Amino acid sequence: MNWNRLRAMARKEMIQIRRDARSIGIVIAMPIVMLLAFGYGVSFDTKHIPVYVYDREQSQASRDFLKRFQSSRYFNVVRSVGNYPELVHAVDAGTCQIGIVIPPDFSARLGSGQAVRIQAIFDGTDSNSASLGMSYTEAVAQAHSAKLQLEWLRARGQGSVRAPLSVDSRTWFNENLESMVTIVPGVVAMVMAVVGTFLTSLTVAREWERGTMEQLISTPVTPLEIMLGKLLPYVAIGLIDTSVCAIMAVWWFEVPFRGHIWVFLLSTTLFLTVVLSLGYFFSVVAKTQLAASQISLIATFLPAFLLSGFVYPIDQMPAVVQGITHIVPARYYMAILRNVFLKGSSVFNMWPDFFGLALFAAILGLAATRIFRKKLT
Amino acid sequence: MNGQPQAVVVQDLVKRFGDFTAVDNISFEASRGEIFGFLGPNGAGKSTTIRILCGLLHPTSGKALVAGVDVAREPERVRQNIGYMSQKFSLYNDLKVIENLRFFAGMYGVNQADAAERIAWAVDMAGLTGREHLLTGTLAAGWKQRLALGCAVLHRPPIVFLDEPTSGVDPISRRLFWELIHRMADEGVTVFVTTHYMDEAEYCNRLVLIDRGRIVASGSPLELKLKSMEGDLLLVECDQVGKALELLQEAPGVTDAAIFGHALHLVVPDAERAIPEVKSYLGERRIAVSRIERIRPTLEDVFVSLTSLKGRREKEQA
Repeated sequence: MNWNRLRAMARKEMIQIRRDARSIGIVIAMPIVMLLAFGYGVSFDTKHIPVYVYDREQSQASRDFLKRFQSSRYFNVVRSVGNYPELVHAVDAGTCQIGIVIPPDFSARLGSGQAVRIQAIFDGTDSNSASLGMSYTEAVAQAHSAKLQLEWLRARGQGSVRAPLSVDSRTWFNENLESMVTIVPGVVAMVMAVVGTFLTSLTVAREWERGTMEQLISTPVTPLEIMLGKLLPYVAIGLIDTSVCAIMAVWWFEVPFRGHIWVFLLSTTLFLTVVLSLGYFFSVVAKTQLAASQISLIATFLPAFLLSGFVYPIDQMPAVVQGITHIVPARYYMAILRNVFLKGSSVFNMWPDFFGLALFAAILGLAATRIFRKKLT
Repeated sequence: MNGQPQAVVVQDLVKRFGDFTAVDNISFEASRGEIFGFLGPNGAGKSTTIRILCGLLHPTSGKALVAGVDVAREPERVRQNIGYMSQKFSLYNDLKVIENLRFFAGMYGVNQADAAERIAWAVDMAGLTGREHLLTGTLAAGWKQRLALGCAVLHRPPIVFLDEPTSGVDPISRRLFWELIHRMADEGVTVFVTTHYMDEAEYCNRLVLIDRGRIVASGSPLELKLKSMEGDLLLVECDQVGKALELLQEAPGVTDAAIFGHALHLVVPDAERAIPEVKSYLGERRIAVSRIERIRPTLEDVFVSLTSLKGRREKEQA
């Protein structure tokens, strides 16, 4: 290993990145655009579900009950309709996701102490929203029944009656249970998986395509010097990109950062080693920029999106799929980032994830040093 | 010689790509300090040979020693001792002149103290003084080629391989380039150069003619001209050159006929006897001959004669 050669190689690579508008775009714009798109576009929160109501009684009691929906931030009572077909039509057309029907004998049955059945219709095309809507609706109904029961008991002179059980909830790490807080650190991991691989997938292929490789490999430079010289500038760029994403996560998306900056930088460096080596690997194998960049997008984006725990929790996956997620490096980095941001975990707390990441960094880094041959074919 | 190994030794070298034999069992030697010309038409196997000698391709069989080192076994040791300029311009167009020079000084491991001096030398040699900060891609072809040569010799290699260095360059730049080659040779550098320009071949100390992967002749330009021609060379100026060519190719006593410019060149066993014969042969077929004389062959004649003869012989065998 000759340091002069390594430095010359890295410097050349840096100059080329700086002069190439496309590279600059990928380096600067792509992470920010992706972070904004995913940060805003992907949300698992169900808030303000549009609700249509068909109040067949129109009494004080029924209006009191419906008011509870209106005052909850989970629902948005869009309209009150006057007949059943109109409600059905609204569900069919998708203008509402929940239709609630109050029976005409609502207050009569309440008054006589009988159970009242309220009909609720859910649009099940989005099962996630539907099931959330269902539990929120039940919660609203239960809260209202509890209140009615208390009133009923109080009216009979039992003023000191209290609900027998109550839960005092404290959600740790994500106090308001906002999905954005869990999503954004995951987006940072996904952005770096895609951008990192994409960046280096072009470097070697570009030299083959432009014919500069022939001159380069006629010099005494070693494959290791070529690889390190090409990857080091991208490690620096990757660290800057990740830091920019992290700063945006904290300042723009207001995600807490409770961990230690060094844990963040260490895991990021390991992950960059993984993705940059992977991109380099594709670049050497594919030999054209187009093929290399497409392979790298497919090979990183889908696994990082689907199998890293970003969208679907890994422990909810079928056992086989859970097994497969172990070979998706983004999975480890995603877990580490979430913990570093939200929990402030230490390396020791997360050693299995760090171990997985380090293992992949070692395997792919080594493979990248071996793949390149100084030969024309 | 004198106990020193030859600069380049090639023995029974073969390179196949699938079914295609690009280099077919060739052997030759190049001495230190000579300008060694590797001559042949496109696709003859020149670039393949030069790439094997630079360790960029692995030979199928045979042996190649460069500066006494086996290229197939120790390509990295060979690369310390050579400079290579590929046929296609392969410096970085998106780097400035000075950046390309610095980069290759780095790649060749030229130490910092030497690098500044060598880069200054290369800039001066290429005539790029004052243009160091231009993007390489914006330079004219002649400058690009001189810069490529400069980059290839920053580490003062004893052997330089130049693959068609002057293709696509204007005549003045070609002349300048050959002056540089001669200057390097004067300093003791072995220059191994391929070309398909016959006039350039005249500048070489020694030549190997290659056609379809095989060596068809070798020697100094003069030797080649004297030895390789089977017979004498006639220049014929006449009207209806195309028709005359067709007729003469079939004529008895004419070994070969080819068009050169607006005249014909004929290869005949004996000039004295052939001149009157050709005159009357064409006269009988109503083609007026304005000039016919024996001339000294150029390398181009030698080359065309050797390669076409070969083609004809193969046809006869088939």
